[in-house]
Amino acid sequence: MLTFTIRRLLLAIPTLLFISLIIFLLVDFAPGSPMSQIPLTVPPEVRLKIIEAMGANEPVYVRYLLWLKQFFVVEPLVLWDHWWGTNFSEGMQRIVSWQSRSPVMDIIVQRMPQTLTVIGTSYLLGVLIALPIGIYSAYRQYSWFDQIGTFIAMIGFSVPTFFTGLVLILVFAVNLHWFPSIYDTSLRVTDWESFLKQVRQMAMPVMVLALYNAAQISRYMRSSMLENLGQDYVRTARAKGMSERVVVLKHVLRNSMIPVVTVIALGIPSIFGGAIITEQVFRVNGLGALLIGAIQGSDLPTVQTLTFIFAVLIVLFNLIADILYGILDPRIRYD
Amino acid sequence: MADGAAPVLDVRGLKTVFRTRGGEVHAVNSVSFHLDPGELLGVVGESGSGKSVTMMSLIGLLPSPPADVREGQVFLDGRDLLKISADELRDVRGAKIGFVFQDPMTSLNPVFTVGNQIMEPLVRHMGLTKKQARTRAAELLALVGIPDAEKRLDAYPHQFSGGMRQRVMIAIALACDPDVLIADEPTTALDVTIQAQILELVKGLRQKLGMAIVWITHDLGVIAGIADRVMVMYGGQVVEQAPVKELFANPRHPYTRALLKTIPSLTGERESRLQVIEGQPPILSGAPTACPFRARCAHAFDRCSAENPLRRAVDGKPVGRGHDVACHWDPEAAHA
Repeated sequence: MLTFTIRRLLLAIPTLLFISLIIFLLVDFAPGSPMSQIPLTVPPEVRLKIIEAMGANEPVYVRYLLWLKQFFVVEPLVLWDHWWGTNFSEGMQRIVSWQSRSPVMDIIVQRMPQTLTVIGTSYLLGVLIALPIGIYSAYRQYSWFDQIGTFIAMIGFSVPTFFTGLVLILVFAVNLHWFPSIYDTSLRVTDWESFLKQVRQMAMPVMVLALYNAAQISRYMRSSMLENLGQDYVRTARAKGMSERVVVLKHVLRNSMIPVVTVIALGIPSIFGGAIITEQVFRVNGLGALLIGAIQGSDLPTVQTLTFIFAVLIVLFNLIADILYGILDPRIRYD
Repeated sequence: MADGAAPVLDVRGLKTVFRTRGGEVHAVNSVSFHLDPGELLGVVGESGSGKSVTMMSLIGLLPSPPADVREGQVFLDGRDLLKISADELRDVRGAKIGFVFQDPMTSLNPVFTVGNQIMEPLVRHMGLTKKQARTRAAELLALVGIPDAEKRLDAYPHQFSGGMRQRVMIAIALACDPDVLIADEPTTALDVTIQAQILELVKGLRQKLGMAIVWITHDLGVIAGIADRVMVMYGGQVVEQAPVKELFANPRHPYTRALLKTIPSLTGERESRLQVIEGQPPILSGAPTACPFRARCAHAFDRCSAENPLRRAVDGKPVGRGHDVACHWDPEAAHA
């Protein structure tokens, strides 16, 4: 397992380098100029100066190599300095946002907590709801519970999150005034009252995303359970006199979890990327909102860095999914 | 074996029906049989004759719905298994009655170690601690002829061959010292040399442990080698039942006769082509009112489609105790 992990990690390096190049070229080809938000009254020679100052006039390969150096050398050194109080990175140029002129990594660190609390909670909640529903739906296939579960899952899966988001805002924020419609990033949880406030403002985005995730995962769970419930080893377990609880929650569940765990692990990177729309709808000032803003402002370094981080996460969780697969299924050996 | 002793298992008038979209299928129709202590009863019949369904009905292993065990009594230790609660039945399964299934490749759970799967019933029924169960599991593996048992406990089923897995299944079935072992075509999925090994193993275990065995198969050759008594099933009912020598020497039912002719002879010149029984076994959508075999029977006459024959004794002993047959046709009368 260890050799497999190391081999996969090493293989990930050329993959990620290639991805970063593709992203860089794509972003570079995209229309729009970092100057588009600068007022027209600014004279051309000043514009040229600004562009030169940002390094945006350099040829694309120079900018790419510079970005590589900044991402893989400078930023880790900065992090090192930050943790250990050293100053290796002194005088080195970090990746700087064209929009805000501050280091992209600092902005990401600022935005990360919002995304993690809101979207992470919703994913966790979605998984916790989905698993029991999927298990019970399969065990009582075609029962009322299963039919209703299927119906809700269909809605959750097919109605886009921006629509459910708007409906929730309309019902719970505008009409009922239960929850605020806008997420307040500056809220600090210090006591019970601010905690309740935080829960209230998280409620709607979490509900929207949890419904979507739960719908998806519960379907996977259900079909995987169904596949295993009919297997011969289930009959063997019953013939041994094991209780239904043991049969279903030990024998069947362990086998059914193998594909589902993979789906759950592969879905985690989407916590960061896929929730862009929901963050927009509820004005959650997270990574999704950051990416959208950067794209609109043709902020190449930010777009490039964020997209690349998503790519790293996807590659990483692919690896984690494979490792989990090997742990759960003894038939799979990686050495 | 022990003649006249009370049977360990006594099944009377068992009826099982499957409810499907296309209507009801009567898979088991008034099947009665008993099993004496230490006896090996062979159950023969082609696919779909109701052999497996009968045995699974006994201990509630059929999924319900669609299966519905409608009538009958199944006595084990003086208790009717069809009347007791699901929980009580679970205490019987795996403890008093062990089950070995046809396909050893899929009958074991792929994600748990072999040891874990043998230990489960030991902990559940015999109340052993994990440690005691492990010791006993190793003994069981050694008993079924798996070398290096202690180490193999930690292996997973995929690390075993088909024959080895069937040995593990037998170890699981025998774990709690059952009175009855039901083996549902345990050698069908194995190749011939492994079949022979498993047969020898079961023969030996039977002598050592003394449990009664129900051996389901469609291979009469296997039956001839190990059974004390044979029950031939067709269309969800018992059509003939006799001690093994008697059945092979003096088959009465046209179906049994036809089955015996389908066995290739290993000695002497091949006289003729192997005979086949033309046609398909019936799918019974209602309780049978006629003999289920009549469509394929060479001796069928009017009465066969008017009345389903009951089992009648051939040798004067009570039905089930000697040789009995469910057929209107009388071979002696035909020869006379």
